[in-house]
Amino acid sequence: MLDTLNISLTQGCAYGVMVLGVLVSFRLLDFPDLSVDGTFVLGASVTAVLIGSGVNPFLGLILAILCGFAAGCLTGVLNTKLGVSKLLSGILVMTMLYSINLRVMGRPNMPLLNVPTVTGLIEGDRWLGGFELLVFFAGLAVAIKLLLDWFLVTEWGTVLRAVGDNEQVVKSIGVDTDLVKIVGLGLANSLVALSGSLVAQYQGFADIGMGMGMIVVGIASVLVGESITEALSFIKKHIALSRRRTLAAVIGAFVYQLIIASCLRLGLAPTDLKLATGIMVVAVLLLRSRKRSELASKIFRY
Amino acid sequence: MLELKQITKVFNKDTPNPIHALRNVSLNLGQGEFVVLIGNNGAGKSTLLNAVAGVFEIDGGQILIDGRDVTGLPEFKRADLVGRVFQDPKEGVAVTLSLEENVSLGLLKGRCPGLGKCVSRSRRRQVANVLGGFGLGLESRLSDMALVLSGGQRQCLALCMATAIVPKILLLDEHDESLDPKTANLVMGLTEQIVRSHRITTIMVTHNLERAMHYGDRLLMMVAGEIVLDLRADERKKVGHSELLSFFEEGTKK
Repeated sequence: MLDTLNISLTQGCAYGVMVLGVLVSFRLLDFPDLSVDGTFVLGASVTAVLIGSGVNPFLGLILAILCGFAAGCLTGVLNTKLGVSKLLSGILVMTMLYSINLRVMGRPNMPLLNVPTVTGLIEGDRWLGGFELLVFFAGLAVAIKLLLDWFLVTEWGTVLRAVGDNEQVVKSIGVDTDLVKIVGLGLANSLVALSGSLVAQYQGFADIGMGMGMIVVGIASVLVGESITEALSFIKKHIALSRRRTLAAVIGAFVYQLIIASCLRLGLAPTDLKLATGIMVVAVLLLRSRKRSELASKIFRY
Repeated sequence: MLELKQITKVFNKDTPNPIHALRNVSLNLGQGEFVVLIGNNGAGKSTLLNAVAGVFEIDGGQILIDGRDVTGLPEFKRADLVGRVFQDPKEGVAVTLSLEENVSLGLLKGRCPGLGKCVSRSRRRQVANVLGGFGLGLESRLSDMALVLSGGQRQCLALCMATAIVPKILLLDEHDESLDPKTANLVMGLTEQIVRSHRITTIMVTHNLERAMHYGDRLLMMVAGEIVLDLRADERKKVGHSELLSFFEEGTKK
């Protein structure tokens, strides 16, 4: 039981970085960005190849972030400059990344055994589930959450939130909304790629299929987390909306992993998990639509 | 301050039914002039405002604001010259942002946003000052989300954001339209106060003839993409309400 909790927490934190990325695109920019499925694997594959050829794993993390940023910007350019719809530009980038990721790795699966990974350096000789690893991942997730909190109240961050809320406001203060969207999607996907890189190192391999349905996992986590933070009145009273949202992403990521772990313990096959995730999203949306006030519908948008 | 030279705009240009929304409209507004623009639906009032704001490219003519040719500039590149308030109170504010964040955005106008705090301490004081001048008590609700404001309060907030940095041209697109009479009067009073105290060159579109007779120094009427009536304040006085109405009807028949 304690093991399940430990592993869920560790994974929750690793995936939590991805959920923060999805929060930026899906919630703050109001952009359901499907390229996440590709950029997650991009982060993993770039890191795997780099580490495999002897590059320092921390440098691998940074390069994964940069690659994710570039891919996210591409989605933004397709949408804003070429007029491709939000969904289609995400799908296009996701599909193109499938081939690119295979090119990067040269094969569909790349093990990370007997090479120095970030997680390997931290947990030493022990295998999955070490306490040190949990502390590292939790620290990283919290640090990124705080960094995002800081960013979101800067002038740039406020403009980014305003673009997702009401583009006209941003246009009328003379800011190029296209640029904000492009950079915002770049930022979101750099977090996703970082998460992919972490997960690959944690599980010991990068796989071409590891990003499948990742956007749904991200959205499920965001929705579950929001349900929790919006239901707790003391959180609602004392924490401002943008901080509450990042908090929801981190909590949601953990609770989602916990639910998934419980599903596995209850005897669901790993291949059933995507179905379980989909049902979870529908269930949360259904519960939510019952108490739809203007506030709820504006904050949740669905 | 604002100079329109023979501007034209055609919608559905390459179709069998092109719509001539603006036909060679020329207009000259002096510094601080407050113009009221009336006309029936489809006369081209909103198109005229959109052309000035740069929502679309015009098909002919030239637009000068404060002597600067802005004809080809996209909306965001001329935003530092133009302030705008819309008919729908939701259009002018970002509702998931707090009041102070909204007004702070208005204060960012014409500057490139940076990585400093958006609502810095000095800016919060500035915001409180600006909102305090409105006498609505909004300055005590700075951290509230704009979502909880009423339509009238949102419209006041939008007006505040549009004029936080005093624009060269203020465009009011039926901003009194979706409000109840009492609130509409309040918003109009505030508009008059702001426009006069900063001497902002203003074009206000309204469907309310009473207000059209009462506010502004000049009355324009548009029919089918042309300005057909241009009255100074003293001329307007001579024209009665009923006469204005008959102008309206004549215009519709055309």
